[in-house]
Amino acid sequence: MPAAGLSTAHSIVEPTPLARRIAGTIVIAYAVLALIPLVWIGLTSIKSPPDSISYPPKVLPWVDFEPTIEGYCNLFTTRSRQTPEYIASLPPADDRCEALARGKGMVVVGPSNYVPRFVNSVVIAFGSTVLAVVLGTLAAYGFSRFRVPLKDDLLFFILSTRMMPPIAVAIPIFLMYRELGLSDTRLGMILLYTSVNVSLAVWLLKGFIDEIPREYEEAAMIDGYTRLQAFVKVVLPQATTGIAATAIFCLIFAWNEYAFAVLLTSGSAQTAPPFIPIIIGEGGQDWPAVAAGTTLFLLPILAFTILLRKQLLRGITFGAVRK
Amino acid sequence: MARIRIENLHKAFGDFTAVRDSTFTIEDGEFFVMLGPSGCGKTTTLRMIAGLELPTSGSIRLDDEEVSFRRASERDIAFVFQLFALYPHMDVRANMGFPLKCDGLARAEIRARVEEAARLLRIDHLLDRSVSGLAGGDLQRVALGRAIVRRPKAFLMDEPLGVLDTELREVMIGELRALHTRLGATTVYVTHDQLEAMAIADRIAVMNHGVVEQIGRPQEVYDRPASLFVADFIGSPPMNLLPVPGGLAPGDHAIRVGEAMVAVPILREPADGDLVLGVRPEHVRLDDAGAVRGEVYGAEYLGTTQIVTFATGLGTIRARLPSAVPVRTGERVGLSFRSEKLSLFQAADGRALRTALHEAPVAGGRAHG
Repeated sequence: MPAAGLSTAHSIVEPTPLARRIAGTIVIAYAVLALIPLVWIGLTSIKSPPDSISYPPKVLPWVDFEPTIEGYCNLFTTRSRQTPEYIASLPPADDRCEALARGKGMVVVGPSNYVPRFVNSVVIAFGSTVLAVVLGTLAAYGFSRFRVPLKDDLLFFILSTRMMPPIAVAIPIFLMYRELGLSDTRLGMILLYTSVNVSLAVWLLKGFIDEIPREYEEAAMIDGYTRLQAFVKVVLPQATTGIAATAIFCLIFAWNEYAFAVLLTSGSAQTAPPFIPIIIGEGGQDWPAVAAGTTLFLLPILAFTILLRKQLLRGITFGAVRK
Repeated sequence: MARIRIENLHKAFGDFTAVRDSTFTIEDGEFFVMLGPSGCGKTTTLRMIAGLELPTSGSIRLDDEEVSFRRASERDIAFVFQLFALYPHMDVRANMGFPLKCDGLARAEIRARVEEAARLLRIDHLLDRSVSGLAGGDLQRVALGRAIVRRPKAFLMDEPLGVLDTELREVMIGELRALHTRLGATTVYVTHDQLEAMAIADRIAVMNHGVVEQIGRPQEVYDRPASLFVADFIGSPPMNLLPVPGGLAPGDHAIRVGEAMVAVPILREPADGDLVLGVRPEHVRLDDAGAVRGEVYGAEYLGTTQIVTFATGLGTIRARLPSAVPVRTGERVGLSFRSEKLSLFQAADGRALRTALHEAPVAGGRAHG
C-alpha cells in the first residue's frame, strides 16, 4: 500500500503516524489470525479428552474447563487397564501421571515412543541441515568464484531437482532405499533431506557469497593466506548471515517433512511428524496427547528462529538494500 | 624494494585479449602509473603482477626472480584495492595487522609495527575503531596501512582514489606522493584519471586495447604523445586534432592546413598518407595575421585561464587563453599555433611522426632517485 506513505523503492519516506497505526493494526490482526491454530493446539494439550471434543467448544482455562496434564502424561507413557482390585492393592501412586491413570482404572506400564521419535527428528533434521549447509556453502563458493565449465547448466540442473514435488519420486526412492538397506535408518533420512535441501542451500548461499566482494579474499591471499584459509577466515565470517538464514530454511523443511517420513520410516528411525497423529487413546484419537506432542514439537524451531531472528531478517532482505 | 620486469606479457579471457604482448620495466623505487580507459588492460596487468591472475604467456620478474606463476602470497607484494577491501568483521588494528598475522609474527611485534604505520599515516587514534564507521579518506589510509606494515617489495594500487570525492582525492594524492618519497618503495598504480596520473607519477604507461601505447615521464607523454590515442586521452581539454594532407619529406617544416600554411617542427622521416596535426589548446593564440580563421563559439571561464572554442573551416579548435583576453561569441578572429610544439601523426595507424619536437629537451620533470 504505497499510498499510505510507506517507503517506496526509490525514496525512504518516514511513515506518518496514521500509516504506522494502519500498518500496526494489519500486523496485529494477521498475527492473531495466524496464532489462533497454535493457541488452540496449546489449549487442547491441557484439556481432558472429553473437554477436547465437547461441543460447544471450551475455550477459557479455569472458566470453561479445568486444565490438566493428562495429555502430556498420555503422550509420554503407555498405560494398561487393570481390575479395580489390582489397583487398590498397589502402594500409593508416586507421581501425578500414575495417579491420573489409576483414576481411570489404568496403570502406567512404561514410557511411550515419543521421546525416541523426537530424538530421531532432532538428529535427522539437524544432521541434514548441517550437511546441506556445509555442502551448499562450498558449492556456492565454487560457483560464485571460479570459472566452472557449464556453470549455468549445472546451476539450472541443481534448481531443477526442486521443480517437481518430491513425492513424485517417492516410489523409486522407496525401492532404492529398500535395496540399499537405507529404509528406516537415520542415515537414510539424513541423506534424503540433505539432497532435497542442498539445492536450496546452493542457490541461496550463492546469492549471499556473490555479494561479498572478492577483493576480500584477494587481499587475504596477497597477505599470505591460501585460498582455503582466506575462505575460512574472511569469507565465512561475512557469510554468517546467509548461512544462518539458509540453515533455518533447511531445518524447517527437514523438521516438518511428513510424506517421506511416513513412507520410509516406521520403527527405529521414525520421526515425530508421522508418530504424533497416530497416538491412539482408548476409544479413539487421544486429541490432548496429539496436541501436547505438537506443542512440544513446535518449540525447537521456535527457539532456533528466535535465536537467529536478527540474521534471518537480514538474510531475507539481503541484497534488497545496498549500502 | 624491487625492480619489476614485464616481458611479452599476454592475457586472454576466451576470445577477448585483455593484454597484448606488453614489455616494460618498472625501476626500483619508481612511482609507475598505468593509465588508460576502462577495459584497456591496465588492471589485468596489475593483477598479473600481483598474482591474482595468471598470464596466458610471457614473464614477470621481481628483481631477477621469475614469479609469473607463483602464488600471490609468495611474491611479497602488497595490493591496495579500489574499494579498500578492509575486512568488515575486524577493527582497524586487526585489519592492519592481518598480513603480519598471516606471516606468523609475534603479537608484540605486530602491535609495534601496526602502531608505527598508523603514526606514519596519522591514523593512530583510529586503531580500535571498527572499519565500518570510517570516512573515505580514513578507510584509504587504513588500506595503505595494511599495505605498508609488511614492508613488501612493491606496492600495487588499483585505482585507490577512485571512490573518493575530488577534494579528498587531491589531499590523498599529496599524501601518497609524500609516503612514496618517505618509503621509496616501488609502486605500481592504476588509474583512468589522467590528471591524477600526471600529478603522482614518475613515469606513466598509457594503455589502450591491451597495448602499451607510450611509456614516459608525465611531461614526455603530455608534450610528445607517441600516438593519436595518447594525444587525445591526455590533456584536458584534449589536443586539437586537425586532418591535413600528407606527402611530406624529411626536412619539410611547413604543412598545408586548409587554405593556410602552418609551420611545424622539422620532419625527420617521410610521410605519404593522410596526416593529423596535433595542437595543444595552450599552443593556440589569437593572431589577427593568423593563417587559420574562425569564429568564437563559446568560452568556459576557469579562473586564471579560459577555454575558448572556435568554429573553423578545419573543425572545432579549442584554445586555452589567459582570462584577461576579451572574447565575444560570434566574433571572427585569426588563430596561430606555436609551431615548435606541434605534433604530427599518421592518420592510418595513429603513430606520431619523428620531428625536431623529439629532439628538444623535455621541460620540467620530477627528479627521481
